[in-house]
Amino acid sequence: MSPVTAMYVAQAIHGLTYGMLLFLVASGLTLIFGMMGILNLAHASFFMLSAYFCYQVVAWTDSFWMALILAPLGTGLIGVFVERFLLRKVQQYNLGHIGDLLLTLGIALVIAEGVKTIWGTESHQVVIPPSLEGLVSVAGLEYPIYRLFIIGLAAAILSALAFILYKTRLGMIIRAAVSDADMVSALGINMPRVFMFVFGVGTIMAGVAGVAAAPMLTVFPGLADQIGLDAFVVVVVGGFGSLFGAVVVSLFLGELNAFGIQFIPRLAPVLVFLFMALVLSFKPMGFFGERDD
Amino acid sequence: MFLEIKDLNTYYGPSHVLQGISLNVEQEEIVALLGRNGMGKSTTLKSVMGMVKPKSGKVIFQGANIFGKPPHKVSMAGIGYVPEERRIFPNLTVEDNLKIGVKGGVVDESNPKAWTLEKIYEVFPSLKKRRDNKGANLSGGEQQMLAIGRALMGAPSLLLVDEPTEGLAPIIVDAVRDVLEEINKRGVSILLVEHNLEVAMSLAHRVYLMGKAHIGFVGTVQELDDNPQARAQYLEV
Repeated sequence: MSPVTAMYVAQAIHGLTYGMLLFLVASGLTLIFGMMGILNLAHASFFMLSAYFCYQVVAWTDSFWMALILAPLGTGLIGVFVERFLLRKVQQYNLGHIGDLLLTLGIALVIAEGVKTIWGTESHQVVIPPSLEGLVSVAGLEYPIYRLFIIGLAAAILSALAFILYKTRLGMIIRAAVSDADMVSALGINMPRVFMFVFGVGTIMAGVAGVAAAPMLTVFPGLADQIGLDAFVVVVVGGFGSLFGAVVVSLFLGELNAFGIQFIPRLAPVLVFLFMALVLSFKPMGFFGERDD
Repeated sequence: MFLEIKDLNTYYGPSHVLQGISLNVEQEEIVALLGRNGMGKSTTLKSVMGMVKPKSGKVIFQGANIFGKPPHKVSMAGIGYVPEERRIFPNLTVEDNLKIGVKGGVVDESNPKAWTLEKIYEVFPSLKKRRDNKGANLSGGEQQMLAIGRALMGAPSLLLVDEPTEGLAPIIVDAVRDVLEEINKRGVSILLVEHNLEVAMSLAHRVYLMGKAHIGFVGTVQELDDNPQARAQYLEV
């Protein structure tokens, strides 16, 4: 492989890694919005919280693998608590989107201040486990094993998610609820319980992404800023509630990011938003949107 | 009594849209709820179903209090809902639209009220041909049949059916009418909101006429036929 090709390939895998992390965050966000009509401003905060949990679990147990299991589960439990005892309560007042937005913004602020209070404002390093350290040689190209691991992990989660959505009754219920949750509940299905499940799974996936990102990006209070904004772009451009849209746009944004930095570094930070503005002027519902409110 | 609605009051914000509705349906009966637009017919069905939260009153179904219960509990009690806008899941196939209606996901063969896919396709042959099509690709008539079929898959003993013939071609209107009659013959009671007077009168055993937010007339189809004054007051435009 020529050095130039090698550089392209490396950059593409970089983009794929970020795209996969982005997908883990954005898929939960889009399903939660699609089904419940809730734009969860705290979603990326769960990503960050899980990264802190990861740092803490590694500090206590010295095991990244333990953190990979415990941190997302802990985050998911908090997510379930938020849905069951806060969101559901606020929704009873029929305030529309404003109630959900204010509540989730509040939760985002609490998490942001909370992590600073508990863990301080400095960056914390999470060490890559020895088995994932180092480089692997693929077709004459040296590449960090850890990033390939993230791609594999996210691909496995994506497959599991696709299986649940398209091959199980629960998935059928979720897909139906994205278009009309009230009607689903009129068929005898306990929607509040399904909402809680989806919210929990969504936060767990954001949590997995947080753990995966921790060793690459270090853990600090602004960790969720970029991925949070990008995840919203994914949901808007992919179409609210569309998992397929989330996958496609996440991967595209990952590459846009990677190659943007490579070729037009000064414009790279705004490329994502230019892209969103462009798409929305032609397709206001996003690429694969089904919901129309 | 099979279904008893007593003194039901519902509000949309400050407006009092159901003011003390009382109505009942007996086992294996078809009851039509008629009246002009905006009188509260659909809201009555929604209030029973839990799609809209009623403020006060009594709703007793087969001895169980279902007043103010969420839709999934009302459905589990044995009431099926066929909404006005049909509300087919557009991204699911016809067959999945039917399957999602099965409570717990498995048809309970021991339940005499249970409907299998075969039974549904027997009553709705047009759905069988379209079983692999997405809900979004169906015609209005097919969507209506699917909405009825989906509700039946939940093995209800009572169906709440809201404007089933609205916007359909005359030949399809007849087909929907016949299907409702057939379902009733198989033991399902029906509370029907319907604009098409001919359809309603040919199906119903008893009729309730609604004026603004209240019930103005109760009687058999024959009694309504003999009462031009009630018809003029509550039905004619």
